[in-house]
Amino acid sequence: MSDPGAASSGSGLEQAAAAGVGDLSHVDSGQGQNKPRSLWSDAWRELRRKPTFVISLVIIFIVVLMAAFPTLFTSVDPRYGNLDNYLKTPSADAWFGYDVQGYDVYARAIHGARGSLLVGLFSTILTVLIGSVVGIFAGYAKSWVDSVLSRFGDIFAGVPFVLGAIVILTTFNTPTENPSAVRIITQVVFSIAVLSWPVAMRIMRSATLVAKQQDYVKAARGLGASPLRIVFRHLLPNTVAPVMVYATIALGAFIGAEATLAFLGIGLRPPVVSWGVMISESRDYFQAAPHMLLFPAGFVTITVLAFVMLGDAVRDALDPKSR
Amino acid sequence: MTALLEVEDLHVEFRTRDGVAKVLNGVGYHVDAGETVAVLGESGSGKSVTAQTIMGILDTPPAVVTRGAIRFHGEDLLAASEERRREVRGDGIAMIFQDALSALNPVFTVGFQIEEQLRVRRGMSRKDARARAVELLDLVKIPNAANRVREYPHQFSGGMRQRAMIAMSLALDPEMLIADEPTTALDVTVQAQIMDLLREIQQERDMGLILITHDLGVVADVADRIAVMYAGRIVEHADVFQLFRAPGHPYTESLLESLPRLDLKGQELKTIKGLPPSLTHIPSGCPFHPRCPRAVDRCATEVPADHRLGLDRTSACHFAEEVVSRG
Repeated sequence: MSDPGAASSGSGLEQAAAAGVGDLSHVDSGQGQNKPRSLWSDAWRELRRKPTFVISLVIIFIVVLMAAFPTLFTSVDPRYGNLDNYLKTPSADAWFGYDVQGYDVYARAIHGARGSLLVGLFSTILTVLIGSVVGIFAGYAKSWVDSVLSRFGDIFAGVPFVLGAIVILTTFNTPTENPSAVRIITQVVFSIAVLSWPVAMRIMRSATLVAKQQDYVKAARGLGASPLRIVFRHLLPNTVAPVMVYATIALGAFIGAEATLAFLGIGLRPPVVSWGVMISESRDYFQAAPHMLLFPAGFVTITVLAFVMLGDAVRDALDPKSR
Repeated sequence: MTALLEVEDLHVEFRTRDGVAKVLNGVGYHVDAGETVAVLGESGSGKSVTAQTIMGILDTPPAVVTRGAIRFHGEDLLAASEERRREVRGDGIAMIFQDALSALNPVFTVGFQIEEQLRVRRGMSRKDARARAVELLDLVKIPNAANRVREYPHQFSGGMRQRAMIAMSLALDPEMLIADEPTTALDVTVQAQIMDLLREIQQERDMGLILITHDLGVVADVADRIAVMYAGRIVEHADVFQLFRAPGHPYTESLLESLPRLDLKGQELKTIKGLPPSLTHIPSGCPFHPRCPRAVDRCATEVPADHRLGLDRTSACHFAEEVVSRG
């Protein structure tokens, strides 16, 4: 699951994006309700009844709560190490056992949510932001601008994720350095976004290509709307849905990517606590103390799964054909 | 007095990978204030392209305007800056589209789409724009406009959508309205209502109206003058009564003959043989000659000039005088 390549599964989404946008104009108006209905309110009604959506939302809520208020879940200091507890297995005192430094694994897993989630959240926001802006301009612009932007995106998409991230992160700080928490988080976020934005861009571009053929774009031009107004006011709301779906899936994938980079020793690193850092620390003790690996890895898996499930449910709900 | 809108010798080509399609080959007509001109023709004859060229919303590339002029109040729009053209759109000339469902943005309420123009172009406040939008929806006879202004396009029926579209195009009080097959997507009773509405609004506001259609019935009812298009050219241009009484071009004649008539019940309906020409390979000479019942050798080689058949009436046929006198 920690394979960041999962984030680039977006190419399949592209077709879904194209199909989804075409469908927006044919939203079924069969039900004779008086309440104003829109794509989003319909989707919400649909989602509320879906078990996968509700379950994933509950998991995400708990993880967010952990990240925001870790002390609600544990009163143990994640940075208090007692070497007497070296590699102790789970017990009533420490539910997830102790690690090699005598740290409480449960407390660290709870406190680690913040680092993992921050990386996931900011990389997603940055990826979607860059990708959408470039994608919508590429899709709307005349052919040569589109070609230039698309090829530019291909350059970044062509770099293997892990290799690219290693190059970027080792260039900015050598593994022997000890950068501050803010700095390293920023660097990880940027390296993920820089390598992933072409996926969001392609989704946005193909959605825009479909949407700009619609008559309402012509109508807006015919009534004297400026190009910028057409792009942001008329096109964007019609093309944003598929990108939002990608964003939920990407968020999960990026949390996995954070773990990968930390495991390789180039991502977040102590004293920052994150699930990736914990997995990385368990590297040499896995056979002697599997609980050191299994608990943080389980947190990553469940969180990623929750976001992927959420994305799936949202995509289904936003596709009027599936109703 | 200069005409409100004058189209002169308009040539448009579509340059695609498969070759150059000559979509418009010298289209010219004029519209005065308070007048309705119907542009009639088969699909692919260039009706909509003419309209989109006037509006300046043709996709370029592939479309290229190679020759001609479009004068609005005497000002050549083709020579005007993009900035100036945007000012004219909506304010001077507005357009109604064929399929109102796809011409309305599905993610915004109908009211928002009307208000947007008023707020941006007229600087109206949200509240004033909303009031004006309700007025406009009232004007196009949408019942319960105050509530429906908050609804989305998919909550409107086909006829209602077309009405909303009309309301949208009227928001900036244009002097000239282009209706591109406004009733094609609608059923017959609704068609009649929409046409009545258009006529009423046009007369009330003394607007110029270009009505693009392939429906002769609609034309007879509403239009003052008719321009018949074939293969990107206006083949006949006449007063509506003259045209129906005595068509001046074999193509118009064939069109009229292919109308079902009650008094000829039981007889086989006449049709025009063949297909409209491909615009990448327009026939030599008169483009209609392969399908023309009157064609002679000369028609295949010589492009017919516009023959004058009286005041403001032309026909692009070598034998225009003969055709018209026979009818």
